[in-house]
Amino acid sequence: MSDIHGLVGAYAIDAVDDIERERFEQHLEDCADCRDEVATLREAGAMLSSLTTTQPPSSVRDRLMADISTVRPLPPPVTSLSQHSEKRRRRWFPAAVAAAAAVAVLGGGAVVLQPWQDQGTQQQVTATARVLQAPDAEEVSAKLDGDAAAKVVRSPKLGQAVLVTKDMPSAPDGKVYQLWLQNTEGRMVPAGLMPDEANQKVLLDGDAASATAAGITVEPDGGSKEPTTNPIALFPFKQSA
Amino acid sequence: MKSVNGTSSDPSGHPPEGSGAPDLKGLFRRSARGDETAFGELYDATAARVHGLVLRVVRDPAQSEEVTQECFLEVWRTASRFDPDRGSPLSWLMTIAHRRAVDRVRSAEASSRRDSTYHDESQPVDHDSTAEAATTAIEAKRVRLAMQSLTEAQREALELAYFGGYTHTEVASMLDLPVGTAKTRIRDGLIRLRDTLGVAQ
Repeated sequence: MSDIHGLVGAYAIDAVDDIERERFEQHLEDCADCRDEVATLREAGAMLSSLTTTQPPSSVRDRLMADISTVRPLPPPVTSLSQHSEKRRRRWFPAAVAAAAAVAVLGGGAVVLQPWQDQGTQQQVTATARVLQAPDAEEVSAKLDGDAAAKVVRSPKLGQAVLVTKDMPSAPDGKVYQLWLQNTEGRMVPAGLMPDEANQKVLLDGDAASATAAGITVEPDGGSKEPTTNPIALFPFKQSA
Repeated sequence: MKSVNGTSSDPSGHPPEGSGAPDLKGLFRRSARGDETAFGELYDATAARVHGLVLRVVRDPAQSEEVTQECFLEVWRTASRFDPDRGSPLSWLMTIAHRRAVDRVRSAEASSRRDSTYHDESQPVDHDSTAEAATTAIEAKRVRLAMQSLTEAQREALELAYFGGYTHTEVASMLDLPVGTAKTRIRDGLIRLRDTLGVAQ
């Protein structure tokens, strides 16, 4: 990841995949140079749009003007003492997008895309955050080798679960951490691959409401259809009677 | 860094003198306060650019209309988050539009690799007589010129990424380049475009 700076142009015009975007956005939080460059390259990119102007049909305007009367504009960001915690919370957004598996679940609509990073008081309502903040959220923790820790937060109501890791070591070369949900028949169903990041929040793919457990295994790159190794962590869910 | 020397393309959004182009910053500010009239003006000033880009990337006219509408709805909702110290209103807007267009084509690809029926890419631009249209036409001329300052290789990669909505990895594969080469070309191309146009802040 040493040449992460080199991704700045591709990132500025969305020519990155979700995993690269997530990595780059984490990098952006600490790299003012890249933030500046992204801003100026986006200015340049925006100019390209002058080459392709097309007036939309007037029906688009009509629908839009009808729509906005039902949507409340967000308040401006205000600086406050809570900014620190807000800032930390915002990190959920990239993590959620990172998980390839999460993309399908996120779909369109729910996520507010923000062209600018490091905006202290952004409020990102993401699928991941929704699960973590769900009133019925329940946690199952597991200890991993060394200092690594992981927990799965599940909201039966939302039918979704999020894996949260801390100090997770990289998977061995050529391997990847794969996530699983165990269904009621005891079978492990693929629930996505983990991006290679020590601290992250990943939305599990699949129906977490009916699942009896979640697990992590080490699989060959690209993942497997069923686990080929013993899980390095298992998270049994509470069973509703 | 070169200074901005056009009369029509100040990316800061200040209305260039005498052109009658709308003050996008002011419209953003008023929209953020819930001023629907201002938002309507913002739409009128920028819809052709937004929709043109979306249509170019998405291609399907019906889907493009949806994306354009979603994009402006998001602008309405989040206008208060626009901060003029961080960039121009146009850049903010086009970033949202481009991202939404790209998300649309990629999610469509992921769900099914259906329909590649292609429609006419666009109805010809409605060259109306508004100040905004005139402004954009002048800007387009400058941008076309600036694009000529890129190498062929840079231009090709940049166009596939920006107008095609492809990732740098896909661009590399389409152009038979080693992975990593396309992202460099995209970046170098954008830098040259930026410096030629003098849009750096």
